[in-house]
Amino acid sequence: MQFYLDFEKPLVELEQKITELREYSTDRVNFGGEIRKLEKKAEKLRKEIFSNLSRWQLTQLARHVNRPFTLDFVSHIFTDWFEVHGDRLYRDDPALVCGFARFDGEPCAVIGHQKGRDTKEKVRRNFAMPNPEGYRKALRVMKMAEQFGLPVFTFVDTPGAFPGIGAEERGQAEAIARNLREMASLKVPVIVTVTGEGGSGGALAIAVGNRVLMMEYSVYSVISPEGCAAILWKDGSKGDVAAEALKLTARDIDKLGCIIDDVIPEPLGGAHGDHAAAAAQVKIFLQKHLEELRSLSGDELVEQRYAKLRGMSFFDE
Amino acid sequence: MAWFRKSKAPIVPVETKKHIMPEGVWKKCPHCQEIVYAKEVERNLNVCPKCDYHFRISARERIALILDEDSFVEMDAKMQSVDFLEFKDSKRYRDRLKSSAKKCGCPSALISGTGTIETLPVVVAVFEFNFMGGSMGSVVGEKTTRAIERAIEDRCPCIVFSSSGGARMQESILSLMQMAKTSAALARFKEAGLPFISVLTDPTTGGVTASFAMLGDINMAEPRALIGFAGPRVIEQTIRQKLPDGFQRSEYLLEHGMVDMIVPRAEMKQRLAQILRIFTGN
Repeated sequence: MQFYLDFEKPLVELEQKITELREYSTDRVNFGGEIRKLEKKAEKLRKEIFSNLSRWQLTQLARHVNRPFTLDFVSHIFTDWFEVHGDRLYRDDPALVCGFARFDGEPCAVIGHQKGRDTKEKVRRNFAMPNPEGYRKALRVMKMAEQFGLPVFTFVDTPGAFPGIGAEERGQAEAIARNLREMASLKVPVIVTVTGEGGSGGALAIAVGNRVLMMEYSVYSVISPEGCAAILWKDGSKGDVAAEALKLTARDIDKLGCIIDDVIPEPLGGAHGDHAAAAAQVKIFLQKHLEELRSLSGDELVEQRYAKLRGMSFFDE
Repeated sequence: MAWFRKSKAPIVPVETKKHIMPEGVWKKCPHCQEIVYAKEVERNLNVCPKCDYHFRISARERIALILDEDSFVEMDAKMQSVDFLEFKDSKRYRDRLKSSAKKCGCPSALISGTGTIETLPVVVAVFEFNFMGGSMGSVVGEKTTRAIERAIEDRCPCIVFSSSGGARMQESILSLMQMAKTSAALARFKEAGLPFISVLTDPTTGGVTASFAMLGDINMAEPRALIGFAGPRVIEQTIRQKLPDGFQRSEYLLEHGMVDMIVPRAEMKQRLAQILRIFTGN
């Protein structure tokens, strides 16, 4: 599917020109020189655009409809995947997928928000905004992982937990809170990767980890820039201003020094251009961090997670 | 008849006699709309004498109401926020902090400490809603966590009185992390086998509800308090429907199984003591 963000347009136009020239090339007419020149120009333009993105543009990139979603990462990184469904209490929530698979041949649990690419799928996945059932399913799977001694990989990509009447009635707040508490005491390694949008409590409810990684063009924030703008600027259309103030990009958060462990570089032009290459990078980082955690006992993992959380504050005394 | 011959006096505007009323003598109840005498409300524990509406009270008033006289010893009284993001909307964050501190007479949105309830030792953490809407940033998260850790150390129950709009936007991602930090502390508290009582007062929403406030062994609410994850306006905008009457109020949460009991302010101390005695075997 073709979808481009505004700032990608000049690049896309250039690439189209290159493709056209290639098509026109025959044995008699050779545009080789011209094509090489344009390719060089495109490369330069790409570097220029992507090294000067504003926080608002990066937010849009994090929400790109062609970005790899959890199930894309599953197919590129894991083998032997099977999905499990339902919270055993009320229903299954397609906005959050859970299952088991192998990572480098070793069994593990995988949990992640799932967006859709076309309208029908987007609606079915509720735009990756889970209801309480999603979080309760995730907790069930994490407890199972603990029972069988499997590491847990989570992939975070949600605008936030769903704000609806039913969600409130069935205890959205309780479901998130319980996950936070229970994840803190899991006796298996938990590695979190923020792949797109890290939207507030709805993201955090599967993001209490021994390691927290963010992809280069992902964002993570206490509230969406639009929501923040609506409250503090009384104007929901000022998302660009709020995004700057919230400092929500992977680089910003890395600078705070206590929240995330690594920023995973993406292919130039963003992960949406090359899922396989992006997933390969993610895999390298997951391997590294899992290796580091392997020597820790269950109790040590719990201690390490707590110490990490305990370090997350700035204040004067 | 004499009165037909009465000469017509021109209509003179009545000189407006403005009643100068000192501020704060009368209060309007936001629930029943009655004008009530402020002193009477105060005598009635800040509960409307006409309709039982519970006015929001300050953290200090709450402590005076619940803890035994002179038993409170404050912890971390000087801890204050830093503007590490240099956040600015219509006002700078550091200015908001200053004006809130002046208004509330305390440097943060939470007061914590040790004390006794009917002679039973407890650790309490109480939100100050007037301080930036009781929002939770680093300091509120840290003070709550330390309160929980102190209760583990002293092996005594912990009570948090929530009244908060949620996580504090001005500290962005770090505010979000306070939800995980406080909940992780409660995991340890639970393991220690100690009772945690969460008292939800008007209003408790967002990141505070979605962390420790919903994790009480007992969740207790004051009557008619607004309690929820998403605020009512956000929900209305998302689903484009009018919300049902009483939605997200204490009574609604009781009906849907999210709180154990609704306790009027006047009975709260006694009820807390009763629960603590049962859970601590006294």
